[in-house]
Amino acid sequence: MAEVVSMDEIRATAARLDIDLSSLDLDSIRLPPGEDFGVISDDEDLKGEDPLEFDAGFGNIIVVDNLPVVPKEKFDKLEGVIRKIYSQIGVIKEDGLWMPVDPETQKTQGYCFIEYNTPQEAELAKEKTNGYKLDRSHIFAVNMFDDIEKFMKVPDEWATPETKPYTPGENLQKWLTDEKARDQFVIRAGTDTEVLWNDARQSKPELVYKRSYWTESFVQWSPLGTYLATVHRQGAAVWGGATTFNRLMRYAHPQVKLIDFSPGEKFLVTYSSHEPSNPRDTHRVVINIFDVRTGKVMRDFKGSADEFAIGGTGGVSGVSWPVFRWSGGRDDKYFARIGKNVISVYETETFTLIDKKSIKVENVMDFSWSPTDPILALFAPELGGGNQPARVSLVQIPSKEELRQKNLFSVSDCKMYWQSNGDYLAVKVDRYTKTKKSTYTGFELFRIKERDIPIEVLELENKNDKIISFAWEPKGHRFAVIHGDSPRPDVSFYSMRSGTNTGRVSKLSTIRGKQANALYWSPGGRFIILAGLKGFNGQLEFYNVDELETMATAEHFMATDVEWDPTGRYVVTSVTSVHEMENGFNVWSFNGKLLYRIMKDHFFQFLWRPRPPSFLSPEKEEEIAKNLKKYSKKYEAEDQDVSLQLSEQDREKRKMLKDEWERWVSEWKRLHEEQKLDRQMLRDGEASDEEEEYEAKEVEVEELLDVSEEVISFD
Amino acid sequence: MRPILMKGHERPLTFLKYNREGDLLFSCAKDHNPTVWFADNGERLGTYRGHNGAVWSCDISRDSSRLITGSADQTSKLWDVQTGTQLYTFNFDSPARSVDFAVGEKLAAITTDPFMGLPSAIHVKRITRDPDDQTGESVYILKGPQGRINRAIWGPLNKTIISAGEDAVIRIWDSETGKLLKESDKEDGHKKPMTSLSKSTDGSHFITGSLDKSAKLWDSRTLTLIKTYVTERPVNAVAMSPLLDHVVLGGGQDASAVTTTDHRAGKFEAKFYGKIFQEEIGGVKGHFGPINALAFNPDGKSFSSGGEDGYVRLHHFDHDYFSIKI
Repeated sequence: MAEVVSMDEIRATAARLDIDLSSLDLDSIRLPPGEDFGVISDDEDLKGEDPLEFDAGFGNIIVVDNLPVVPKEKFDKLEGVIRKIYSQIGVIKEDGLWMPVDPETQKTQGYCFIEYNTPQEAELAKEKTNGYKLDRSHIFAVNMFDDIEKFMKVPDEWATPETKPYTPGENLQKWLTDEKARDQFVIRAGTDTEVLWNDARQSKPELVYKRSYWTESFVQWSPLGTYLATVHRQGAAVWGGATTFNRLMRYAHPQVKLIDFSPGEKFLVTYSSHEPSNPRDTHRVVINIFDVRTGKVMRDFKGSADEFAIGGTGGVSGVSWPVFRWSGGRDDKYFARIGKNVISVYETETFTLIDKKSIKVENVMDFSWSPTDPILALFAPELGGGNQPARVSLVQIPSKEELRQKNLFSVSDCKMYWQSNGDYLAVKVDRYTKTKKSTYTGFELFRIKERDIPIEVLELENKNDKIISFAWEPKGHRFAVIHGDSPRPDVSFYSMRSGTNTGRVSKLSTIRGKQANALYWSPGGRFIILAGLKGFNGQLEFYNVDELETMATAEHFMATDVEWDPTGRYVVTSVTSVHEMENGFNVWSFNGKLLYRIMKDHFFQFLWRPRPPSFLSPEKEEEIAKNLKKYSKKYEAEDQDVSLQLSEQDREKRKMLKDEWERWVSEWKRLHEEQKLDRQMLRDGEASDEEEEYEAKEVEVEELLDVSEEVISFD
Repeated sequence: MRPILMKGHERPLTFLKYNREGDLLFSCAKDHNPTVWFADNGERLGTYRGHNGAVWSCDISRDSSRLITGSADQTSKLWDVQTGTQLYTFNFDSPARSVDFAVGEKLAAITTDPFMGLPSAIHVKRITRDPDDQTGESVYILKGPQGRINRAIWGPLNKTIISAGEDAVIRIWDSETGKLLKESDKEDGHKKPMTSLSKSTDGSHFITGSLDKSAKLWDSRTLTLIKTYVTERPVNAVAMSPLLDHVVLGGGQDASAVTTTDHRAGKFEAKFYGKIFQEEIGGVKGHFGPINALAFNPDGKSFSSGGEDGYVRLHHFDHDYFSIKI
């Protein structure tokens, strides 16, 4: 660091060098490039940042090459043609089209410059017309003017790039090897973002990493928990590491709004929408798909917001996120998006459409991938006032073969729910009653893994019950439904297997009159939380579906979110800052015991760090479940040790506090005694202190209420 | 025991004070009439009529003969406790907020709010034995703090004045020269305006309550932070038990938001904390608006709370309260 120079010293130096300080514009001084005079910039990020965009640049100019070479007579005609092509894309500036002419031959030189009002228009023009075929021999080559300089610098001879020596990276999965088998979570409150261990034994979290202003809008874990993504104005970034969090990669995407990882966390999709220059135009949408490891853009999509908003759950206005939905499994092989009457499926080897064309599906509204297999489920509503039925179909990718389809009549809406192993698909169908005035709900249950994919129809006992929530048991064969009228709806549990016949759905139980509107299955199945969020003020019921019994009921007042940890051992309920009060989170054990609670003002986010799937085979897992007692012994002993140690620490701390307090009080008593006379003087000699000590005296008072004499005859 | 509900005020309570013997309870409210009650059964003895604005605080002399009140009508009045007659009126140019007698009742510290361009100030007045000799002249006026000064009290031996207010800084002033002696530092201090300040019986320490949802215990001499009590709601009132190592915090959701949420959202509870271990030990529910005032009976066997709801609730502790083990 440079020494600090005082203003006086500067003046003295200036006088010595005969410089009039007042006439000097300090802002005009520029240091020679690469020289900092020993003053290190405190903005350490500066060097890595993208160069700033200058308004004065030539970003709005494009160069169009491979034009026909024409003599002077045809100049106007060619200019007209070019103007016609390019003014369709954006507004060309006045005198913004310039075609140089060779002064000797008086012919054009086969290229021209076009200046647009905005760089966005220029970029769009470049993208749309690069490769445009004017005729057979004139295929346009369009480049940004700013890029030309870069192309000029390309050396003529190819040099072998230096191969950097291999340095092994950090173990990004180190958190999985925690000795106490704890899980991590990230919280965002105020300006701080913290990653913490959930230390349930100590009944408190332990800090891993904390940083202020880590992200500008939100944070997100990658699906396998390897990375933590942050979002900034310049783009997104991912963080990770063995013990702390270092920035691993940056993904430049100005004004990025939303991000999404592929399930195998190989790719990152980023999204931004930009105000159009003309207020009547729709917003411009930019979507980039990055390779997470290399940071390279694999494919980008640009267009108007309309193109990305057709169909889907987002409705008429706005884009439904994620625009691109990834096929299940860890291979990240396919991703798809919905368009008008089409589903576009891309594959990640080439990042192009499968078979170079989209799947045509008339009037398609919604689609979803199986979580494990490359199977698409599509929904298209009725057409032509019921002449053409609504359709749900399953399509195999990449063959695009329809595996199964079902026609449905008088349908108002459909929702698809996949079971996490991709074994079952439940389609919730809302149908109109005959009068078309109201709707009722039923389910179509697909058994994906069975031959020919049998479909079963399930209707609730009371057909008119509204469905409030539906959830599959993760990895299991059961599902739960909340149905009925709002203040006290019923909760029912169904199984896809019934006692004798594995191919039939059967009801397990219905519990009546529950204050619940959301269902949260444990990731391991078996346990479920019936939660009454929002309107129900945070009622929680911990329910065991194996035994069909309630384990505990509790309340986290005003709770807005419920999140199970990835192992299903703990669950967190939180109050995020949708309202100002009660912000913070509670950590519960799976069976509804409150372990600890943390209050934080302006609490925005709570996210458990996901874990990748276990490597254990199902047989091995079963074996562990069988001999659980043997394995758990070790941990129980540890638990006991920790709790002993804790109570010991606690006792010591209390003793210390107590001693400290007593020392302080006795010191005060001494001073107080010394000043007794002073106080007495202030009160004009009134004896003062004694009566401040109260003494309880028992005084017996006998009161004679009434005396009467009576003569009693004595026999 | 069941609390005694004292309904005598028509507007939110602002302040509560017991006399030294603990047989009388004085209450101030936003209606204009400070009221005195029997502290034992909650029977109303009388009101002091004469103010023309909300009454923010009061203090009672050691022999329970005189009462001083500070009001938003820009006056502070001296009263005869027994007859209710006004003895003297101090006039100010802005509302009077906090009043406090010094030991011996020869001096009183009165704070005034910032008003019409005037800054907030602490006025020190000489109080005479004979009300006929009383003048309105100030011994001196302390200025400096930004925003309202919500409470100013005398330090040990009348040597200092301790003030707390909206700027969240606790200040200790020399009561002879009027010089600023100490300020609480940013690290330790409250993050939001302080609403209340209450000192221990012997004056050795005092507790401050703040809208930052915490209360802090300080050494009156050195202004060192001793303890911090964290709660879930803005703190409007604080009190310390003279008998046991307990502190009570009262407050709750901002009064303007009360009607918009569930009744449980308010947390209008008086919360008891262990003074030494800073742990919550219990709560007393009952008010249906934020608690604005708390006071302990000097015998430590009962306490009263005054709420935005206009009620004073008088609680006599049950026997098991005295045997709480922490």
